[in-house]
Amino acid sequence: MLYFTILRISIAERLVYRVDFALGTLMRFLPIVSQIFLWDAIFKGMGSGHNEIVGYNYNELIAYYLLAMVGRAFSSMPGLASSIARDIREGTIKKYLLQPVDMLGFALMNRLAHKLVYYGVAVGPFALVFWLCRGFFNGWPDAVTLLAFVASLLMSFLLGFFLEATLGMIGFWFLEVSSLLFVYMLMNFFFSGHMFPLDMMPGYWPLVMKIIPLQYLAYFPAAVFLHKVIGWDLVLGLAAEAFWIVFFYATARTMFHYGVRRYSAFGG
Amino acid sequence: MQTVAAYFRVFATFARNSLVRDMTFRANFLIDSVTSMAWMFLNLAFYLLVFRFTNSIGENTGWQEYQFFIFFATSLLINSLVQSFFMTNVDELTDLIRTGGLDFILLKPIDAQFLVSLRRVEWSSLSNFFLGLVLLGYALLRLAYVPSPIQVVLYVVYLACGVAIYYSLMVALASATVWMGRNLTLYDFWFYITTFSRYPMEIYEGPIGRPLRRFFTFIIPVLVVVNVPARMLVWPLQAKYSPLAAFTLFATAASLAASRWLFQLALASYRSASS
Repeated sequence: MLYFTILRISIAERLVYRVDFALGTLMRFLPIVSQIFLWDAIFKGMGSGHNEIVGYNYNELIAYYLLAMVGRAFSSMPGLASSIARDIREGTIKKYLLQPVDMLGFALMNRLAHKLVYYGVAVGPFALVFWLCRGFFNGWPDAVTLLAFVASLLMSFLLGFFLEATLGMIGFWFLEVSSLLFVYMLMNFFFSGHMFPLDMMPGYWPLVMKIIPLQYLAYFPAAVFLHKVIGWDLVLGLAAEAFWIVFFYATARTMFHYGVRRYSAFGG
Repeated sequence: MQTVAAYFRVFATFARNSLVRDMTFRANFLIDSVTSMAWMFLNLAFYLLVFRFTNSIGENTGWQEYQFFIFFATSLLINSLVQSFFMTNVDELTDLIRTGGLDFILLKPIDAQFLVSLRRVEWSSLSNFFLGLVLLGYALLRLAYVPSPIQVVLYVVYLACGVAIYYSLMVALASATVWMGRNLTLYDFWFYITTFSRYPMEIYEGPIGRPLRRFFTFIIPVLVVVNVPARMLVWPLQAKYSPLAAFTLFATAASLAASRWLFQLALASYRSASS
């Protein structure tokens, strides 16, 4: 009940800026336009006889970018880690210690509200863009693939949340974490597959990138939808994603547990 | 002439003060430099990857790997200059209007647009300028191509045009936000519009691409910003580029005039918030 109330209040808060939201979401697709033309030129530059890059043809590649944006819409947690670190630094975290509410639970509900409102408003722009770009898609995938896609998206929300929360908890030990968070953001941008399908990396890199958890934030859901991950790989991938969620959940909990023991509040 | 000298002295003082500030927090300065370079390396890595799979951007466009690196380096040079000299200043315009701080600028016996645009120099952003030069030199070396002196002169001139067009666009956007009372920041707008100027203009082909190319060449001229200077250096001068080159000079003058006009318009509708 308590968490439901938190969710309800946060939703009301978020709805205040719905028009900005919708416009902002539509703007976010503008870079895709130049990407579409860039990749068209790249494929033309390959010369005749070549029409695939690491198994992706032109249409699949554009579809990949669009799907990766869907993944990011689930997994990105703007400002989560930095707000946790700020609460620790400025001492406002003590409200979670005094009040009968769990900090991670509160933040999770807050984020969930944020995301729910975001999808409620963003579904319009997303639908419009996907409808305009329907030519890049080869119809709907089969039910199993679609189910796996939805599962990977829902899990990417949880993974993104607990991963960022874990990073924020570092604030208990270091007061200033903004540089660290910037490095994480760069890594995230590159290794999540937001810039390009991870299969394009040379040598052993794709293997490395598929071991670290960042791929689940954008690459994995998109690859699942495009039927690039099938059979046992799909099962293993989803299992590994679930493992990482549990791992970061436990890490965040443990860090909070030991962090508050170290923590000393200053001022009133 | 005297006023030009006076304005230059004022600017030199701003530049020196900013440097003193930056040097007071050296670690911070270093981190800022590294972070702006990090973005550049990510992009470079992406382009290196792309050229593992393709020979050129577009068929028979001539934008092969090292030619494109000259394009990318040009883009770095222009962007770093805009970021070091204008970005933070123009971004503060909306804050100045909201808080009423603009009063103090209007009261000073100096051109308001000059003061708003150049108050602070972001020295750390120049790190990308040097990386751009290094990349430019490397690409030319790999191509074993020595541009003629006239090409170099034209390159520098059109680099300046590019900076001027970007600057005008930024002032125009900032002036526009005065009326719109928005939640979108200048940086967002800026980022979304300039994504169109990041790649060679030849990529905009076909029934949607061509109108898009015309729009971003003739209406909002962001496509000429990097494309024209880069073309001056990459290939020997060709007659077919001269109309575009002439247009770029016109676009520069027009953009500067338009942004000046918009800025004055924004000032006219300004009511101080301080009292």
